[in-house]
Amino acid sequence: MLLSRKWLNEFVPVDANDRDFAEDMTLSGSKVEVTEIEGEEISNVVVGRVVEIKRHENSDHMWICQVDVGEEAPVQIVTGAQNVSQGDLVPVAKHNSTLPGGIHIKKGKLRGEVSNGMLCSYKELGMTDNDWPYSIVDGIFLLDSDPDLKAKGLKPGDEIRAAIGLDDHVVEFEITPNRPDCLSVIGLAREAAVTYGKKISLHEPVVKGGGPGNLSELLDVETPATDLCPRYTARMVRNVKIGPSPKWMRDRLRASGVRPINNIVDITNYVMLEYGQPMHAFDYRYVKGGKIVVRRAEDGETLTTLDGNVRNLNSSMLVIADETRAVGLAGIMGGENSEIVEDTVDVVFESANFNGTCIRRTALALGMRTEASAKFEKGLDILNTLPAVNRACELVEMLGAGEVLDGVIDILNFVPQPKQLALRPEKINELLGTDIDTPEMCRILTELGFGVEGETITVPSWRGDVEHYSDLAEEVARFYGYNQIPTTSMKGVTTRGGYSPEQLLERSLGNVCRGMGYDEIITYSFISPTYYDKIRLPEDSPLRKSMKIMNPLGEDTSIMRTTVMPSMLEILTRNYNYRNKSAHLYELGRTYFEREDGMADEPKLLSLGVYGPDESFFTLKGAVETVLESIRAEDVTYEAEKTNPSYHPGRCAKVYVKGQEVGILGQIHPLVAANYGVDAELYYAELRFDALFASRGADPEYTPLPKFPAVTRDIAVLVDVPVTVGALEACIRSAAKGLLKDVTLFDIYQGANLPSGKKSVAFNLVLRADDRSLTAQEADDEVKVVLERLEKDFGATLR
Amino acid sequence: MKEQLEKIKQEALEALSAAKESVDLESLRVKYLGKKGELTAVLKQMGKLSAEERPVIGQLANEVREKLTAEIEAQKKKIEEIKLEARLEAEAVDVTIPGQAKKMGHQHPMYIALDEIKDIFVGMGFTILDGPEVELANYNFDRLNAEEGHPSRDWSDTFYFDKDSRVMLRSQTSPMQVHAMETKPLPIRILAPGRVYRKDEVDATHSPMFHQVEGMVIDKNITMADLKGTLNAVMEQLYGEGTKTRFRPHHFPFTEPSCEMDVQCHKCGGVGCPTCKGEGWIEVLGAGMIHPKVLEMSGIDPEVYSGWAFGMGLERMAMRRFKIADLRLIFENDVRFLEQF
Repeated sequence: MLLSRKWLNEFVPVDANDRDFAEDMTLSGSKVEVTEIEGEEISNVVVGRVVEIKRHENSDHMWICQVDVGEEAPVQIVTGAQNVSQGDLVPVAKHNSTLPGGIHIKKGKLRGEVSNGMLCSYKELGMTDNDWPYSIVDGIFLLDSDPDLKAKGLKPGDEIRAAIGLDDHVVEFEITPNRPDCLSVIGLAREAAVTYGKKISLHEPVVKGGGPGNLSELLDVETPATDLCPRYTARMVRNVKIGPSPKWMRDRLRASGVRPINNIVDITNYVMLEYGQPMHAFDYRYVKGGKIVVRRAEDGETLTTLDGNVRNLNSSMLVIADETRAVGLAGIMGGENSEIVEDTVDVVFESANFNGTCIRRTALALGMRTEASAKFEKGLDILNTLPAVNRACELVEMLGAGEVLDGVIDILNFVPQPKQLALRPEKINELLGTDIDTPEMCRILTELGFGVEGETITVPSWRGDVEHYSDLAEEVARFYGYNQIPTTSMKGVTTRGGYSPEQLLERSLGNVCRGMGYDEIITYSFISPTYYDKIRLPEDSPLRKSMKIMNPLGEDTSIMRTTVMPSMLEILTRNYNYRNKSAHLYELGRTYFEREDGMADEPKLLSLGVYGPDESFFTLKGAVETVLESIRAEDVTYEAEKTNPSYHPGRCAKVYVKGQEVGILGQIHPLVAANYGVDAELYYAELRFDALFASRGADPEYTPLPKFPAVTRDIAVLVDVPVTVGALEACIRSAAKGLLKDVTLFDIYQGANLPSGKKSVAFNLVLRADDRSLTAQEADDEVKVVLERLEKDFGATLR
Repeated sequence: MKEQLEKIKQEALEALSAAKESVDLESLRVKYLGKKGELTAVLKQMGKLSAEERPVIGQLANEVREKLTAEIEAQKKKIEEIKLEARLEAEAVDVTIPGQAKKMGHQHPMYIALDEIKDIFVGMGFTILDGPEVELANYNFDRLNAEEGHPSRDWSDTFYFDKDSRVMLRSQTSPMQVHAMETKPLPIRILAPGRVYRKDEVDATHSPMFHQVEGMVIDKNITMADLKGTLNAVMEQLYGEGTKTRFRPHHFPFTEPSCEMDVQCHKCGGVGCPTCKGEGWIEVLGAGMIHPKVLEMSGIDPEVYSGWAFGMGLERMAMRRFKIADLRLIFENDVRFLEQF
């Protein structure tokens, strides 16, 4: 909402400077976004009179003017414009002047002739032909061409901004949706008056009337859609003279961001800005049968609106129609077929109240939010239609724009009852933590227009948002001052704060990942369904059963992910494409699975993603091992997974803790990597958070440190290539008789001097007894048992 | 003999002080003190001495032996010291050569900011509440006093999973207020951070998915003054002691009175600069006293209990904290970005 401070001052004089005004209004609840000063960029531009004009000798189009700018002697200025004559009053940008757009004017020479500045068009002053309807579009702005300027009697040397009224201060407010009353000059004036403790001077419109004819004979209004049209008020004006509106009105409109068009249209806009009540003017000629019907549109009905677009309507929308067809889209925009044009003679002014939700939905469906619809959708004061239409008619008479007929058509389908609330001063003070006395509360409410009788508060018609004592508390607090409310610490029962075990695990997993050099990422929860193809998810995979968003922003964000793999691969790919040499990433992200009740289970997954020169299946596996060690998971096993199509069939493993699957890790299948356009090895692991939580080992307890030394033995055995290290290690552990404390793989060899199909696997065994030093013999005996078992189970021979 | 002993002593001491290696010392020890050494040879002649002379010479010989033994030890130590010094010198490294560091991982800047906030509230007796992102419109809107017809319920603003607009992606963390009221015993102090979704196209300040932090307190005698006091304390912890704040009236359907909280611009100290768009203040959060209707809808009697709530956008918080200019960086996850934090 743009507010002209000149306009505001007509209702309540406020002399605070712009910065203070912005702060004061903001702190009392009307948030100021920014204040703009019209013509601020213009400096050193004055009114000048052309006292002499002659052709430039060295140019076929330039003129040399001697211009009286209120100084001792005229100054010489060269112009290329062809519409200047001797005696004209023109804007003169003098030497060292500035114009909008950062333009700086200095004296110079044009084909040998000195020019001490520039004669300006209104465009060069940042204005348009809507602001100056009497002036020609191209050429110098001849000030006397505008009758209002001419009447002002401008003199050479007058500062141009004041001379032409381009000096208003315009304040932009952010009005919250609960306060549609503040989308008007009067509404904001009311707020300003209470903010500054001043009286607002409101004006009661006076209409002389007496125009020719009888309103009830000329116009008939029906409102069959009573639920969508609580009130319809109309008046008629005859014999209108369409023309530009006066400069004062154009100035107000321009400052308010509305383009002046003609007197009748300008009046409707002026009233809308002043009263906050949208108005519409119909050309009576095109209201067939002299009948206005406010009805639901028919399905398939069309209407060409004022902007020239054909609108396809349906029965959820409200139209203003005549006997035969729609002539306007209620509360949004008029129809082209009944527009005010230059030869319009008779006008119907509509000032109505429409259902806000209907207007909003229609505007949204048709993609045409207008000033009017933005107001209606928030719910307007039903009592405002009559004063508004009267104000419009008063302005018609004031401007001499037509003859207003006596009488008003006013259909009231909903009779509003004044809302009454009990003032509960103690409760208000309890809520605010203040000690404001009752008379002070009453004073604030009275100034805001509330009726106060004892403890009964009557809410004014324009304050539909106030319906509860807590709303009254806010009204009191706003003007008492939010910043006057004390600041206290909470009393009452102390609560024990803290993190849950799950939250603590989340934190510690993050710490572990970062400790290993992994960076945390955040990815979108919604993905494209095509991502499932990219990761080669089988057609019948249950993971393809994603929740679908009915109204997504685009396909890329249209379904809720059931796996975080595509999110991680996307980020790895992006980093790869940015030529980052390596990336180590983790995310603790949610996945989404639809439940029978339509809601979702949202299990979290810890995903790890890696690429880089030193990466392999085993570096990633090491990271997974570290994560599992950090939660003290016991009995961790890995099983080759050859069938998951997202992974390299020979480099993928499922991870188990005590036989329960907790996740999967491996190299991303080269075909999947290729789908992402990556020709490097990508590694990826995901671990289910709930499984990790369940896999946490017991809190550690101290085990006494060994008192006796250990004996180590290295063994290297020859086995068939397919025999796994895991199987050999398990065999060693189970064969040993209790002296074996640890087994560590230290070498795998396959090649030249070994029989084909065989490999050598070497382990380091640590043997120890808890109650004595082992003898070499004891150690050798244990190793012997192990070797015998390896031979029996795998045909392993000692190398 | 006395002269002989003195001579040996003199000779040996000179030889010892000239020795450069510990092997030299050993051969000198053998030469003078060994079984076949010179001192032993002298002592072997002791038999020839008179009974009076014998103890005198004996004592002298012992003194020479002790002196030489001690001197050998001292010289040995000295040689070792010199050698150690030389070795250490040879082992010196260029300390400006970079170390062999373990690369550390980095927390996402948004979650750095979030963890700070969580810790502050946990310290004030709050618990952290986690909840569903796929939410009922009833919880996201109706139970928060945003009735049917409220603009934020439109399909142009909110993502839905069904034609009846029943199930949606939560557009705010505020439904966690309702979950807390339903599941937690009174009094309640909770903080509920999480992802929220709105139908905004991606640009430098918008994203269809972003994060909020919701906080709520319900107890007897909770006032707007408490809201101010608590949030002021939080801002002092986040932005430093003495941070100035102000509260402005605002509107949210589920709080009344409602407010927005600004902190004084840290850049200009309140006089106005580009960071605060000339206002001198930066908006940080929205808050208010929980609307009595909202309490009632969740079965809490507003005549007995009152409460306050606030909600704050995490991305903006983190962007301000780390001077990140473009929201898209947050979700782009470029390691060159991540590793700056």
